[in-house]
Amino acid sequence: MGAVSLILHKIACRHRHKLVLEDVSAAFGPGLTAIAGANGAGKTTLLRAIAGLHPLASGHIEGNENPARLGFLPQHTEIDRRFPLSCRDFAALGAWSRVGTFSAIPAAESDRIAAAFARMGIADLASRPIARLSSGQFQRLMFARLIVQDTPIMLLDEPFTAVDTATESVLIDQLLAWRDEGRVVVAVLHDHDMIRAFFPNTLLLGRGPAEFGPSSSVLAVEHRFTRSAA
Amino acid sequence: MLYDLLIDPFTLGFMRRALAGCLALSLAAPPLGVFLTIRRMSLTADVLQHGILPGVAIGAIFGGLSIWWMGAGGLLAGLLVALLAGAISRATEGREDSGFAGVYLLALAAGVALATRQRGIDLAHLLFGSVLAVDNAALVLMASVASLALIGLALIWRGLVLESLDPLFLRAIGKGRAGAAFHAFFMLLVVLCVVGGFAALGTLMSVGLMMLPAIAARHWSARLSGQVGASVVIALASSTLGLLLSFHANLPAGPAILLVAGGVWLASVAFGPEESVRARIAIRSRD
Repeated sequence: MGAVSLILHKIACRHRHKLVLEDVSAAFGPGLTAIAGANGAGKTTLLRAIAGLHPLASGHIEGNENPARLGFLPQHTEIDRRFPLSCRDFAALGAWSRVGTFSAIPAAESDRIAAAFARMGIADLASRPIARLSSGQFQRLMFARLIVQDTPIMLLDEPFTAVDTATESVLIDQLLAWRDEGRVVVAVLHDHDMIRAFFPNTLLLGRGPAEFGPSSSVLAVEHRFTRSAA
Repeated sequence: MLYDLLIDPFTLGFMRRALAGCLALSLAAPPLGVFLTIRRMSLTADVLQHGILPGVAIGAIFGGLSIWWMGAGGLLAGLLVALLAGAISRATEGREDSGFAGVYLLALAAGVALATRQRGIDLAHLLFGSVLAVDNAALVLMASVASLALIGLALIWRGLVLESLDPLFLRAIGKGRAGAAFHAFFMLLVVLCVVGGFAALGTLMSVGLMMLPAIAARHWSARLSGQVGASVVIALASSTLGLLLSFHANLPAGPAILLVAGGVWLASVAFGPEESVRARIAIRSRD
């Protein structure tokens, strides 16, 4: 994958005219990094800013210039799951950057989709409409689409919300596989035990300046001040 | 007997022209309606059909009862209203219904006011449609619009699916502009079909052939292609039976076709295989 990284230089963002992020600096290298903080601290806004979906009020970001290198997992409520589409067609949309609007899906992409479904343990669901998936199955499908996208940077907004424990362990295995492949994986997470177990570094947002560093020390500090570990 | 009921009316030239025009529209408009319903834009269709009325009336004032003048006026007004509706949606962040109601009531009032001031315009024909209005020029308009809409939809199909399902995804991979273009082109096709429908169906009913088969089709398939196919079949049947109803019961064409399509919709809500009352009862009794 080469040396991929994302560097935030003193960035600030507004949400409806209110400053939700101020003076955030951090460097995300290959491997797993968590973004944590209380509700309303600006976690989702920051992830969207990195994905180029939210304008910066000031500062700049290095490493996100090419959108085709970014995979973005929105919160699970963002997509209308009543949409009449099969799982296979849904995952095929992940190949958009390579296939475009008009071409047929090449065989190589079909193989990639099948491999992603096998990886997520949903091979038998390929022709099922997405409306008939459970939350956990749908999140596996979202991950399958990310695998099809095959981007060096993965930005995940609360990937484990509303999923069952079996799905959670499949998804974690995938995060670890991405880490071993040298990808940059940045996830917004609430569960501090999960962060301590799998994510070496954390960017903690909240009142006062953002803190970035090893998860054990950053989260220990938060615990002392706010006791808001959710 | 059956011949008199089903075939004989279509030995008349105006009935054949109306049938050909409505069948052409039935191939193109309902697929657009399916996309409108899954994008939760059904209200937009209402706004558009009322929105074209002032344009049609102004076209008639300048060009008389020429279908091309009225069509061009309707097209311009429709595009203007589509832009306005989009702006209202964005400004209200999706809570657009009151703004939409304002726009279409205003457009309806302006259209009726303009049309009544102009001698020679039969307001009832303009609002409710008439099979007699489908002359050769109108038939050419309907067929051209339908062809354009079908080809256009085929071209943008994949992009429109993605843009409807997950607009953030296109923006995230840096194709936000392409997404906006798919949306704009789709709205153009919808306006074209609304304009194409008004001669036979009237401006009050012209989206009926687009929307009723589309919302009925939701109950027949969980697949997009299945819904599109079902909507076309329902529209073709409704057009044919509706024109026969119009002929035998001496009703305007628009209401007659929509009554049939509406009946199919009600039956689909009750008995269709997907998300119908019957399907819900079946699920409940299984649990």
